[in-house]
Amino acid sequence: MANAALSSTTTSAAGAQKSLTARLAAALTSRLVIIVPYVWLLFFFLIPFIIVFKISLSTTAIAMPPYTPVLDFADGISGFLAGVKDLSFDNYVWLTQDPLYFNAYVTSVIVAGISTALTLLAGYPIAYGMARAPASLRPTLLMLVILPFWTSFLIRVYAWIGILKPEGLLNQLLLAVGVIHEPLIITNTYTAVFIGIVYSYLPFMVLPLYSALEKMDHSLIEAAQDLGCPPITAFWKITFPLSIPGIVAGCLLVFIPAVGEFVIPDLLGGSQTLMIGRTLWNEFFANRDWPVSSAVAVILLLILIVPIVIFQHAQARAQEAER
Amino acid sequence: MNSTWSRFNITSVTLGFAFLYLPIVLLVIFSFNASKLVTVWGGFSTRWYVSLFHNQGLMDAAWVTIRVGLISATVATVLGTLGALALTRYTRFHGRVLFSGMIFAPLVMPDVITGLSLLLLFVAVGLDRGFLTVTLAHITFTMCFVAVVVQSRLLTFDRSLEEAAMDLGAPPVKTFFQITLPVIAPAIVSGWMLAFTLSLDDLVVASFTSGPGATTLPMKIYSQVRLGVTPEINAACTILIGIVTAGVIAASIVNKRREVQRLRDEQAAQRG
Repeated sequence: MANAALSSTTTSAAGAQKSLTARLAAALTSRLVIIVPYVWLLFFFLIPFIIVFKISLSTTAIAMPPYTPVLDFADGISGFLAGVKDLSFDNYVWLTQDPLYFNAYVTSVIVAGISTALTLLAGYPIAYGMARAPASLRPTLLMLVILPFWTSFLIRVYAWIGILKPEGLLNQLLLAVGVIHEPLIITNTYTAVFIGIVYSYLPFMVLPLYSALEKMDHSLIEAAQDLGCPPITAFWKITFPLSIPGIVAGCLLVFIPAVGEFVIPDLLGGSQTLMIGRTLWNEFFANRDWPVSSAVAVILLLILIVPIVIFQHAQARAQEAER
Repeated sequence: MNSTWSRFNITSVTLGFAFLYLPIVLLVIFSFNASKLVTVWGGFSTRWYVSLFHNQGLMDAAWVTIRVGLISATVATVLGTLGALALTRYTRFHGRVLFSGMIFAPLVMPDVITGLSLLLLFVAVGLDRGFLTVTLAHITFTMCFVAVVVQSRLLTFDRSLEEAAMDLGAPPVKTFFQITLPVIAPAIVSGWMLAFTLSLDDLVVASFTSGPGATTLPMKIYSQVRLGVTPEINAACTILIGIVTAGVIAASIVNKRREVQRLRDEQAAQRG
């Protein structure tokens, strides 16, 4: 395929002289490759954050949009400077005064942390087993891990409601077997949130772990065992350290989105659980308080900025290693 | 290698897959339940599928979702591929750190933040919320996933092929379309599919950025789930799962065929 393409370009290129216009066009296209996605992301990803920050400093008003505009350049520089004086940190003060927000942030970080640890515990044996599987079977196993990821997140969370609710399938099974005599209350508890997060994010943990474990040279383990190292020690001394890049990537891929998760706490945790994603949603949709929900988002972003930067560094390092 | 696949490994993989698939299988089974109660089996029936197709609200939402998905996945694939090229081919340009940050951060950014920030942008520029705003929002967060998928293919790509073409006088654009594009095409296709399913799947960003007349299927399903679990939703979910599964399997078969063909070509080239 590539050969055919090469030969066709050879013939057409033989007489082609690199004219000035051609070189200009080439320079322009190489610029466009960068500029088009760059400008798109600046406009739709970076600027929105600046707007969120700006609105978090404004005051709630009964209007559409429901806040008083701040920092408008329409009135020129003097109007802008006058606007600076009107900025209010009231929304942030409000966040510190109502313990609801503080509790929601702390709970979200704890719930996400515990869920990440549980996902790692569940995902590691799966990834390890896959990496040790016969090479012919591995692509199929890999596809089987990715497949649930392609089916809707909402559907997968929804499926658990039917299983976990008091008259649900799990309780029916346990009652029939006689393990329990009263239905377990799982929905609307943090247990349900843990199950939901572990289940939904498991592929995100398994995939980076698998790619780290699959690259590992298994003869290292064999050598250690030949030299009398017990399998468990060999695991902790060889396999585990070599899989740390996969663990870091997997944990961050689970932890960061889990902190701000909305669907799982809302559908499985219900009103009994307090997480910041739901708080932000309710502030926005139920209370229609855009400035406060913006402030909630700014603080959430500040909490997540460190893990996000670590994640980017890990990605960049992995990319360098590929070169 | 077989000897290292111990009983422990087989058990953990089997249990893992059981955990991943059991809820989905149960959901599919109960979509064929004759009883109105989702968790009590009342015999086999396809009545929920029939009533599903008479549910105009759901059908409208499905149509909106498919159109948003097709448009946003296509635009996101173009932008994401350009982004991947910029990241891998131009290692040095002003603001490269910011650029790679803007590509990777949306991958882990909580949906509520993405949704809220995009909504506030649309309000600030005075764009009415609706079909267009949902599509723009979906393009933005899915293009980063496309960029990462395509980028990982570009990193393993043998650049000497491109250099050879350019040495022979092919202009960069022509080199891209005749050499690079055919090689990274499978990654672009899987990037498109990923973007499409992410768009199909999204509830939170769509809820923030959508307006009247642009209710997507996940928004519709979510509002019904909040009122209670119904077999009709199971049926809708089963259809979605069926479509996605068929698509993924078809794509993997096509990829496999291409791979086999490529190996054959390579062998033929080495012999010839």
